Amino acid sequence: MMPDLGKYAGDVLMAYGITIALLVLLIWRSLARSAKVKRQLKDAEERRKTHG
Amino acid sequence: MAINWNALWEWANPRKFMSWTDRALPVFAVLAALMFVAGLVWGFFFTPDDYRQGATVKIFYLHVPSAMMAINIWAMMLVTSLIWIVRRHHVSVLAAKSAAGIGATMTLIALITGAIWGKPMWGTYWEWDPRLTSFLILLLFYIGYMALWEAIDNPDTAADLTSVLCLVGSVFAILSRYAVLFWNQGLHQGASLSMDAEENVADVYWYPALVAIAGFVLLFITLVLLRTRTEIRARRLHALEMRERVAEQ
Repeated sequence: MMPDLGKYAGDVLMAYGITIALLVLLIWRSLARSAKVKRQLKDAEERRKTHG
Repeated sequence: MAINWNALWEWANPRKFMSWTDRALPVFAVLAALMFVAGLVWGFFFTPDDYRQGATVKIFYLHVPSAMMAINIWAMMLVTSLIWIVRRHHVSVLAAKSAAGIGATMTLIALITGAIWGKPMWGTYWEWDPRLTSFLILLLFYIGYMALWEAIDNPDTAADLTSVLCLVGSVFAILSRYAVLFWNQGLHQGASLSMDAEENVADVYWYPALVAIAGFVLLFITLVLLRTRTEIRARRLHALEMRERVAEQ
């Protein structure tokens, strides 16, 4: 299944590894911030309802 | 056919934006995942080595889409920043803010994969070549743009100043795209992809590249929608917190 990358195996795998790692980090950070802000906004709106 | 501009603005109304993106986001996310995986799997596993570049040609499916996105995301930020300057449309400038982190990541990926590809092909990771240098400056502009947003407390002032920075940075986005043509020197070759069949890469590389590019574009759309939704919520949160502070005084 794995293609024969010959003497360039290290270069090609490093390029794919770094790209995928950076994109996973970007997606994870986007989702984490989204969840955090959503939670904080929900809390703030509940406080507003309770305290007016 | 006349475009109904009022209807277009209606779609960008914060409440309406949150409503339609709530439904559209899962669709874009699934399409992005499918196209992204399909493009990279096709390119990595099912394309032949190039007769000159060997297996390093597989880096093409990462480098070219990310470099295209790096420039085009700045172009999108330019348009949305101009809309802010002219129309004072909040969702527009929040979309620009949301796109910056994605653009910076794409620029970084283009620089890193280019360096990794350059070492075996050119014998060096880095050269002060016009295209490489203009890409590095573009990355610095992305970082500066994000830093400026963080440095200013007032959201409207931050939006004004970052929009002006975006206009200035557009010079480097254009230079990044056309550096090879403007200065016919350096290591980097001209555009790999072309509408001209004579100049374009062979079909065996072109079709998986198209799928990979579609994957990168869809990933960008998914992330920019998600992040813009977050910024709209963050703005609402900021307004509520300000009201709480005023009430406490």
